Amino acid sequence: MELRSTNNRSVFHDIDWFTVILYAILVIAGAASIYAASYDYDNASIFSFNEFSGKQICWIGLSAFLGMFLLLVDKRLYETYAYPIYILTLIVLFVTIFLAPDIKGSHSWLVLGPVSLQPAEFAKFATALALAKLFSEYNFTLNAHVSNYVRALLIIFIPVFLILAQNETGSALVYMSLFLVLYREGMSGLVLFAAIFAVIIFVVSVKFTETIILGIPSGEFTIFVLIQTLMVAMTAFYAKMGFVARNLAIGFITCGIIITILTLCGIPVPGTIYFITTTAIAAIYLLFELMKSRVRGLLITILTAIASVSFLFSVNYVFTTVLQPHQQLRVKVALGIEEDLRSAGYNVNQSKIAIGSGGFLGKGFLQGTQTKLKYVPEQHTDFIFCTIGEEQGFIGTVSVLTLFLILILRIISIAERQPATFGRVYAYCVASYLIFHFCINIGMVIGLCPVIGIPLPFFSYGGSSLWGFTILLFILLRIDAGRRSYH
Amino acid sequence: MRKDYSKEKRKYVIGGFIVIIFIIYVLRLANLQLGDDKYKIYADNNAFLNKIVYPSRGLIYDRNGELIVYNQPAYDVMMIPRDVVQFDTIDFCKTLNITVEQLRKRFTDMRNASGYSSYTPQRLITHLSAQDYGRLQEKLYRYPGLFIQKRILRQYNQATAANVLGNIREVSPKDIERDPYYQRGDYCGDLGIEKSYDKYLRGVKGVEILLRDALGRIQGKYMNGAHDIAPVSGKNLKLSIDLELQQYAESLMVNKIGAVVAIEPKTGEILALVSSPTYDPTLLVGRQRGENYSKLVQNKYKPLFDRALMAAYPPGSTFKPTQGLIFLQEGIVNLSTAYPCYHGFISGGLKVGCHNHGSPLALKPALQTSCNAYFCWGFKAMIDKRSKYGSSANAFEVWKNHLVSLGYGYKLGVDLPGESRGFIPNSKFYNKIYGEGRWSANTIISVAIGQGEILATPLQIANLCATIANRGWFITPHVVKEIQDTTIAQEYLTKRYPTIDAKYFNDVAEGMRMAVTGGTCRAANLPDIEVCGKTGTAQNPHGLDHSAFMGFAPYNDPKIAVCVYVENAGFGARYGVPIGSLVIEKYLNDSISPARKYLEQRMLESNTIIYSGVKKH
Repeated sequence: MELRSTNNRSVFHDIDWFTVILYAILVIAGAASIYAASYDYDNASIFSFNEFSGKQICWIGLSAFLGMFLLLVDKRLYETYAYPIYILTLIVLFVTIFLAPDIKGSHSWLVLGPVSLQPAEFAKFATALALAKLFSEYNFTLNAHVSNYVRALLIIFIPVFLILAQNETGSALVYMSLFLVLYREGMSGLVLFAAIFAVIIFVVSVKFTETIILGIPSGEFTIFVLIQTLMVAMTAFYAKMGFVARNLAIGFITCGIIITILTLCGIPVPGTIYFITTTAIAAIYLLFELMKSRVRGLLITILTAIASVSFLFSVNYVFTTVLQPHQQLRVKVALGIEEDLRSAGYNVNQSKIAIGSGGFLGKGFLQGTQTKLKYVPEQHTDFIFCTIGEEQGFIGTVSVLTLFLILILRIISIAERQPATFGRVYAYCVASYLIFHFCINIGMVIGLCPVIGIPLPFFSYGGSSLWGFTILLFILLRIDAGRRSYH
Repeated sequence: MRKDYSKEKRKYVIGGFIVIIFIIYVLRLANLQLGDDKYKIYADNNAFLNKIVYPSRGLIYDRNGELIVYNQPAYDVMMIPRDVVQFDTIDFCKTLNITVEQLRKRFTDMRNASGYSSYTPQRLITHLSAQDYGRLQEKLYRYPGLFIQKRILRQYNQATAANVLGNIREVSPKDIERDPYYQRGDYCGDLGIEKSYDKYLRGVKGVEILLRDALGRIQGKYMNGAHDIAPVSGKNLKLSIDLELQQYAESLMVNKIGAVVAIEPKTGEILALVSSPTYDPTLLVGRQRGENYSKLVQNKYKPLFDRALMAAYPPGSTFKPTQGLIFLQEGIVNLSTAYPCYHGFISGGLKVGCHNHGSPLALKPALQTSCNAYFCWGFKAMIDKRSKYGSSANAFEVWKNHLVSLGYGYKLGVDLPGESRGFIPNSKFYNKIYGEGRWSANTIISVAIGQGEILATPLQIANLCATIANRGWFITPHVVKEIQDTTIAQEYLTKRYPTIDAKYFNDVAEGMRMAVTGGTCRAANLPDIEVCGKTGTAQNPHGLDHSAFMGFAPYNDPKIAVCVYVENAGFGARYGVPIGSLVIEKYLNDSISPARKYLEQRMLESNTIIYSGVKKH
């Protein structure tokens, strides 16, 4: 406690005020949006506790104290107590599974008298601290040993499983964003690339099944062409074997021309056999070149091709048998395959109507009819962005997006200026959580992502979410404020 | 602690990723928010329930300010099928006193109706009574998607003048096409002044914009009604009809087929316009309208057919005054010109019969006795006067043009729908039948006495009478005297002058006065009123002669001109003259003198319908 008093001046001197101001703007805009979203025609005052906005203002007030407190704590305490905090959080998460009442099938809320808290929101900063602590171990390098991966993944996945056990899939998925941190800290970009490519294969093959090319759905056809293109590209740029890539390209194009001519002549070509054959021949050719040159990139290319083709064939199986019907429906609605305006698609459709009807300038504060008349469900929580879209228009939505973009980029820049690994990893954790929440929440509201129930940071109604992000951000600010006095 | 600079560039990948997502989202938002108004319309359709507020329809008064037609509220149960959830139909039916089958039938009818949409209000049940309305209103919250629309129905103080008043009905798709003001379910005037003055009577519909939440509950008015449009009440009309006279004339025409038209000559205002048989206008109000309407259409006496202005009858001898006027104007005769009558007109093997009277006769006595021969000779003298006209055809054109100027052969332009133009042939008509130059006066001699091809409506005959009463001008007859807040059309205020000099009308009027004092219309000779008249007995192919009369009074300061036309009732003197004179007496004296009560009684009680369709023997 001695340290605190001596460092007091420097904490407020070195604090990143820019981020604090961004935070303040977002939180106040959030409270205004909640007020608008829950505004009733015969409503009471803004400070009424029965109103969501009234409660939210209380929580904002408490957040200010919380933030202040976090700034006053010695930053070394966060590093020192990272694991105890993490373990304590895990215990709370575990206990919650059994203590929490059943709210719409989820067991994630701890009811403490008049206040309900969602421990999953607080597990975010604990996990971030633990991960940062792990990486800040002396001479820790992710790629040095497999056990390092295992430890990192354990830190990430233990809370994930506990939260999944609470039946809060959305909150659990948020932790997947920590792979961005792993990437920054040395994990191969191929993992992220493979993940993105897998998503593309999934979306394209599930979505485009209407038109048939060469006897196979256009989606599948496109994926095969993509895989072959990818093989050429990887050979050229990853394995840096330009000559081999050229041969490969010539081979694929020649086959393609022959197939086109055959098709135009009316001779039916079975697409699946054609693509599997050509891809297999290409893979064998690459294997031959691999034997000759021993370039590791070629091996990766071959494996990628094989994995992609297998993934493509398993997608259909996974989609129809592994996913449950309501999940399939959500995915289909998000991909625009199915227009189910009454159940699964209702929220998204009404939310699109709300945002779309806002136009350029919006209908004006408290003038939104979609939200006022409760056409958008969850409008003060997960669908809060609708209210902004409807009442503040394109100006409002783009402003909010821009605020988030600036905040995230600012946090990345804060991360990179940290002298210690602990600070950097922690900052990237914060950035990753924000990126995930931002992408998924807004993506689902504007109909680009499946509906996964996660809040929009600082905007959505709820003390747990607000405090969770406040803690994340202010611990970061405290760590950052001490960057000069590190030594 | 070592800093791993080799991985630092990865911040650009992560930063780039979030920037790309940002760009994608901004583009998506631009697509949603800056595109077309699709979403705005969706949102408005979600939130706003445009409830039409129907204005009260204009009231209708008679010329003395007595209320004839007013409004009664009716309540329609409306339904937006999309918003309806399953509800307790048994309770619903009980509330409205209908059977479940009836309700099911209404659902089916509604769905099969043209223009059905599950997104817009549909009419489920029409014309609830006030009690049913009250009961349903209390329970309405149980039936999301249903609401009650207040409507205006007509109510009549007297079962009178149905042909003049007309009625209202729901608009047809054609009406909607014709006039964009109308929407499905609106009411518009049908027949009578309800139709011709619909634009004044209907007013302007208002709109109440209500806010409806996701569960279909009304959350009040949008912006406290700032954007509502208040309905504008329809204009009240004051008719020129004298309700008492109309009722009296109707009662005289009971059990007779025909028409009575009474006009105030100085103004062209129609005092009474009777078509018989008539009907109770209340029959065409409310839920039973459809059924009653088809009954009226199928009725063999055609009560919906306004004989006063739609029926074209041979005018018979009521036509003779026009002939006198034309002959005088054309210089064919003067007041002392006399023609012989040997019980008729005999020329070139042609004979038009006449009755007993002195011979030869000049114009006034000819009118007094209704001498056929005089008018045939006069007609012959005119049509065959090659020295003046060159040909019969030319002469006939001159003759026809005079008649047209007197209001015959074309619609007069009364402010009621469905007026007939009657028929006055032209020379081409006869050229077509007989060949050019192959016809002369004798060929078509019957037109001289209002028979043959000549057809006129009782309104045209009454108008002629008014023209004579005015001694040479008339104002287009009309039934609406005043429109609230505005004036009636200029054409109903403007005098129209026929092509016949005013001075000749006095002579004809004098002849008509003589017909009453000592001629065919003696029954119209009232002790205290100088009535002028002309009978008509029109042969027709349907049965007994039609009995017609036209007359005006008083002789010097005419206040009323009347035409009575009773189908298949025999001589003009039998029904036409008594009814006409009673109408005149009633209007001018307000009551019938005791001496004439027997006549009134006879008219009230007599039945001529039994003669319709009975061939003359």
